[in-house]
Parts: sequence; C-alpha cells; structure tokens
Amino acid sequence: MQLMWILTRRELGAYFDSPAAYVVLSVFLLFTGWFFANPLFLENTASLRSVFDLIPFIFLFFVPAVTMSTFAEERRAGTLELLLTLPIRDWQVIAGKLLAVVIFLGAGLAATLLYPLSLSLMGDLDFGQTVGGYAGLLLLGMTCGAIGMFASSVTRNQIVAFILGFGIIFILFLLDKVTAFVPGALAGVVEYLGTDYHAQNMMRGVIDTRDVLYYVSVTFFATLLTAYSLSKRPE
Amino acid sequence: MIEVDHLVKRYGAERAVNDISFQVEKGEVLGFLGPNGAGKSTTMKTITCFLPPTEGTVRVDGSDVRTNGLAVRRLIGYLPEHTPLYTDMVVRDYLAFMARMRGVEARDVAARIGEMTARCGLERVLHKPIDALSKGYRQRVGLAQAMIHNPPILILDEPTTGLDPNQIVEIRELIRSIGQEKTVILSTHILPEVEASCDRVLIIHRGNLVADGTPGELQAGFEGSQTVHIRVDADESAVRAAVAGLEGVEMTHHEQDLDGWTHAVVSTRNAADLRPELFRLAVREGWTLAGLHRDEANLEDVFRQLTSN
Repeated sequence: MQLMWILTRRELGAYFDSPAAYVVLSVFLLFTGWFFANPLFLENTASLRSVFDLIPFIFLFFVPAVTMSTFAEERRAGTLELLLTLPIRDWQVIAGKLLAVVIFLGAGLAATLLYPLSLSLMGDLDFGQTVGGYAGLLLLGMTCGAIGMFASSVTRNQIVAFILGFGIIFILFLLDKVTAFVPGALAGVVEYLGTDYHAQNMMRGVIDTRDVLYYVSVTFFATLLTAYSLSKRPE
Repeated sequence: MIEVDHLVKRYGAERAVNDISFQVEKGEVLGFLGPNGAGKSTTMKTITCFLPPTEGTVRVDGSDVRTNGLAVRRLIGYLPEHTPLYTDMVVRDYLAFMARMRGVEARDVAARIGEMTARCGLERVLHKPIDALSKGYRQRVGLAQAMIHNPPILILDEPTTGLDPNQIVEIRELIRSIGQEKTVILSTHILPEVEASCDRVLIIHRGNLVADGTPGELQAGFEGSQTVHIRVDADESAVRAAVAGLEGVEMTHHEQDLDGWTHAVVSTRNAADLRPELFRLAVREGWTLAGLHRDEANLEDVFRQLTSN
C-alpha cells in the first residue's frame, strides 16, 4: 500500500513538473470558465448546469490526453521492465497510476470550485446538485481514466493510446444517446451502459448506489483488462 | 543462491531459451556470453521475474519466481539492457524514488543515496535531470539504482554497451569491486569483459548452454590447434626443411630479417606441447634459439568455435 502511494507521488510529480499539464489544465479552465460566465452574465441564470453538461464532453479529450503516457511511454522507454521487476505487484502499479490520474483530474475539477463558490455568494446555489455533480464527474473521470490507461497499456505509441482511449470513451459516452435506434427491450440496458447517463443522474443531486456501482465496476473491469495486457509483457 | 533448472522460454513457436540449467553460488561473478539474440536477456528476465518461465523452475535463495516473486525481487538489483531511466527526473529524486520502491526506509534514503553517489561517482550530476547526462553517467545512475537497497544479488544486462573505452574500464572496475561482496550476473557479447570481471562464464548459443566453466577452464578444455613462435639464427630454407621433418607439424608463416634471424610460426593439432620438440630440433641443428613461445587459446577462440556453425 505504501509502495503504491510512493508510485502515485512520482506520477503526480511527473504530471506537475511538465509544462504540458499546465497547458491542458489552462485550456480546461478556459472552456469551463466560458460556459460558466456566459449563462451567468448573458442569461442571468445562476446555475452550474451548463458547466456540468460541458465537462463530460471535455473529458472525452482531456482524460485520454492525461492517460496516454501512463504505460505506452514506459513501454517505449523500457522503464516498464524496471518498474515491473520492483517488489510491487502489477495491480498495485495500475492502482497507483490510476490514483495519480484521479488526483490530477480532481485538481482540474477543484479549480472550477470557484464557480459554485461565487454563485453561492451572489445567488441561490443548489447544494445537493453541486455535490452530486462533482461526485459524478470525479467518478466519470476515474472510469474514463481507467479506460484510457487500458488503451495506453496495449501500445508503445502515445498517439495510438490517445486515439484508442478516445474511441472507447466516446462510444460509451454515446450509448445513452442512441437508445432510439436500438430495439425497445435492449434500450434500458444500452442506456444503463452509457457513462454519461449516470453522470447526468448524479448531477440532478441524486447519489444513487446504482450509479456509483456502475462507475466502480467499469473501472474495475478496465483495470482487469490493463492487468491482463501487462501480464503479457512486451516483446 | 540462484538455481535455474531446465528453463525453457517460448515466444510463440520460437524457443528463446531451450532447456538451460545452471547454479550460481553466493559471491560469484557469473558472465553470460553469447551472440546477440542467444537468449541471455531472456534468461535474466526470468530470474528477475519479468517474464514467467514456460517450463522449468528458477529459484533464488530458495524462493520460486512463479510462486514467490515478490521475495525474489527484493533480493535482486536489476539493470535492464539499454539502461531505462525516468529521464524527466533529477538524479537525486530518481534514486530516492527507486530506493523507496525497493524497500529502503524513508529515514535511510539519504544515507543510501550518499553511499551510492560516492561509489558510482555521481557527485557532479546529483542535481541534474537525467536526460542531460552523458551515456556513461546514465549507466552509473543505472548501477546506483540497482544497488541502492544493498541487494545480495545484482543482475546487469550488457552494462558496458555503448560506452567509450575509458568508461568501460571504469564500469568494469566498479563491477569488480561490487563482485567482492555480492553475487553478480552480467551479460555481454564482449569477450575481454568476461575475462576481466568474471569468476565463471556461461556461453549461450541459440537458447542452449554450450559451455560452463571458469575462463581458465574453458581455455584449457578448448580443443584446437596450438601455435608456437620460434626465432633462430638459421636460413629460412633450412628451418623450413627441418620443421618439415616433424610429424603432424605445419609451418604457417616464416620470414628472415636482415640480421639473419628467421621467425617461424608452426602449428599442430597434436595435444602434446610442441615446445620441447622444437627446442631439441634447434639443439640438433646447432641453431641459436632467441625465441620460443606458445599462443594460449583465448576465450575468443573458444567462443568462435562454440557459436559458429
């Protein structure tokens, strides 16, 4: 457990030591800031709704960009061999890296806390919706992060990892939006499998165990796939 | 300390390692010798628990790599081929990270880094990022991270590849000094390296173990021609005629210098030492003998013979 945390700290160090992380975070804040300020000043609505609606879209690009290097770069540079021969289990390596991704995404989300804070000073903030929304986004980020890490574990090329991660996350994002095209009996299932569906539920301020369970199990499944892909070892 | 028993490693249909067995005793410096792609790295990767063996068992200090991998990994300091390092990190941070990951307590980290810095000569680069270092320094950082937790076993995959001659000598000296207290396995395809640093040599060819012994034993057991150099004050033609009278002996080279001395190289496939016979020949002929020495078969000959087809 301690080893996992040491690994997480190194990963976070690698993120925050590189200028790319600050560029990505700045762009993230620029977009969310626009979607927060626009309705607030132009439409006079004191709501986080548009920000919450936007972030799952941003995550489509943002999360694979964060995770693309996790394993692909280690594979390319050969450091994966050294990492996996340290006295640490493969799943601890995956969990340590995922934790770093979640903390990094959490830092991005934490920077947007300024919006609800300013809303609560000016108007009437729905506290339940805010907490539910942030919890949902963090869970969504964790799930997308686990998927992105799986994409990174199957290749040594970061670009391939990004595109593959984006593809899988995009398909899961779309599922609850295409229910009109699937047979009625399957519609419920397809909707339930969509990542965005559960985030939308939580943004309404309802923290339902079904939604939490969905994110946890998809994360777990993606992590299992990553562990399998690592167990095959390079070359 | 390390027991490899009938190890087989298959990549798809290809057998990278084909039924290799050997043991390494505590405190031994073992050299893996073989052409590129012979299976040296693969064998090392199974000992370090990176690759699981397809068949056979590998035990390190009694722990099986399959069932007790974590225990095995704790005993080993490993430097993979090409020295992979986190190049975005500063040397000190990197060593601190590796020390913690290899199980060094937080309060001992600074002391261990200090010791490795002195031992590997890293004082000048401790605060530089790794990607700013020369290849020689990177190699030293790689050795330092492998030894940071003071492991009883060190496994070094081609530790001197790509270094300049001065750096090679430095790294070799470092390995020799490490070898006095630790069990070391190193791989190389450079022969003088093995002669310089190893107590024992394993020659691997196409996944098979073709020789196992000390460098001296391998040279002694080598069955090949012996070559003797002789220098006498006689005419070239007289020497040639006299040597032709010896059975099974062949003159491969001869020349006469301006002072009248003839230098001849004679060789034979007989096992018996040729020198006494040549000495008696010179006495019989009444030559003055100015030089008589035999070329020792070197590891290079052994290696070529065992790994050529």
